[in-house]
Amino acid sequence: MTSFEKVAVVRDTYTRYNASERANHWLVVVCAILLMLSGLAFFHPAFFWLTALFGGGQAARAIHPWIGVVLAGSFTVMGVRFFRQNVWTRDDGEWLGHIGDVINHREDKVPEAGRFNAAQKLVFYVMFWSVITLFLSGLVLWQHYFGDAFPIGLQRFAGLLHAGMAAAMIITMIVHIYAAIWNVGSVRAMTRGPVTGGWLWKHHRKYLREEVAGRK
Amino acid sequence: MATLQSLDIRNRSASTATPPGVRQDLEVAKLIDVSKCIGCKACQSACMAWNDLRPDVGINAGTYDNPDNLGPAAWTVMRFAEHEENNRLEWLIRKDGCMHCSDPGCLKACPAPGAIVQYANGIVDFVQENCIGCGYCVKGCPFNVPRISKTDNRAYKCTLCSDRVAVGQSPACAKSCPTGAIVFGSKESMADHAQGRIKDLKSRGYQNAGLYDPQGVGGTHVMYVLHHADRPGLYSGLPNDPSISPAVALWKGALKPLSMIGMGMALLAGLFHFVTRGPNEVTEEDEENARKLKGRDAA
Repeated sequence: MTSFEKVAVVRDTYTRYNASERANHWLVVVCAILLMLSGLAFFHPAFFWLTALFGGGQAARAIHPWIGVVLAGSFTVMGVRFFRQNVWTRDDGEWLGHIGDVINHREDKVPEAGRFNAAQKLVFYVMFWSVITLFLSGLVLWQHYFGDAFPIGLQRFAGLLHAGMAAAMIITMIVHIYAAIWNVGSVRAMTRGPVTGGWLWKHHRKYLREEVAGRK
Repeated sequence: MATLQSLDIRNRSASTATPPGVRQDLEVAKLIDVSKCIGCKACQSACMAWNDLRPDVGINAGTYDNPDNLGPAAWTVMRFAEHEENNRLEWLIRKDGCMHCSDPGCLKACPAPGAIVQYANGIVDFVQENCIGCGYCVKGCPFNVPRISKTDNRAYKCTLCSDRVAVGQSPACAKSCPTGAIVFGSKESMADHAQGRIKDLKSRGYQNAGLYDPQGVGGTHVMYVLHHADRPGLYSGLPNDPSISPAVALWKGALKPLSMIGMGMALLAGLFHFVTRGPNEVTEEDEENARKLKGRDAA
């Protein structure tokens, strides 16, 4: 047991993500990482060597769209699951106005957040729209099955859109992963499930108030 | 044929290194004089024979085009167009196939290193063992030429008989043409030859006769003499002013460095934020506040 886990045992803990949510999330992660590695190989010559991880260029080209189908399916389940908690509210605009205070550890000045704060909601929206556009443009680009099914102008636009949205998604993934590392306790929440009351007080105080009121 | 010295490579797909450029190579071109073509398809047969291609037997689509389209095993197809002008029927027969652009959209779009090469003599060649079958060359091509095989998932098209040219022979189609409608030589001499043909056509009433060597793709190494050079579309949809699509140019141009910079900046921003601000850790005070909140509510 690490020192943090010992502390967690004696304190109140709250389930941040249940087992089903965690499994769902990590299935999306596995797909997204594999798609990023194979996709970067097709996007820029500097990364073509990544196709070796998939057994060569032909194999990477063949498997990439199938992983995309699995991601689209698993993300749809996750999107439905987290949709309601990610609806944008007026408070989120105010929270976002304090983003400078957030990144500079001046949390006393930041408005209280619900289960997801405004930045997390933005990550959700970018993922939501990029998965939809990547899936649809990916179908148009799927040479083996749909190579002749779409007009050439649409195929060209799909190529541009697929690459552009993938770049936006990768940048968002970098921000998302960094935020989880930076805000200590987040990785544990998504790998094991629980967070402490103090963690919720610090990051999602409005949600903590609702939880405490609900537990009475 | 990429390693033959007589075929130095000028451009290689998905490769950033500077290609060898010391030796001066002669630019070659094939000139197809549409006004001399009789539609005998000897060029198609010669292409199949030399390149060992046997396309599947297809169906008659109601035209003389046979097969009715280019395919992985049909690198050239005669396209027959009926055109009426001055109360006369003109049978415009165009030998379709790769144009071997100076600025090849297929090569620009290709993500597989060395799957598409452009030799110093101007020939654009597909190297099938490096091809991954993504079909991006199809999107890059302004002439709708590359075809992906469903059996081996690799792209095929006319090679301009690069193997013959490498040893000083003319392409099989040019060799077999019975009317001299297809001729092969240096690009310069082919342009000269075309001027003679255009003069002759103009003297016979084709005032708009001209050479098709579209500059939107930097010129081509397969050129046409057309009786109606002002309307290339008459010849089974030959594009008027072909160029690489802006969508492909952006996708394969500015988007690449911009995305790389964006990803790099995101990684560096994370690194430097962490080393200057450090991790955001929950304090004992936070835990105490949470306990108080719960205690107050419970009370």
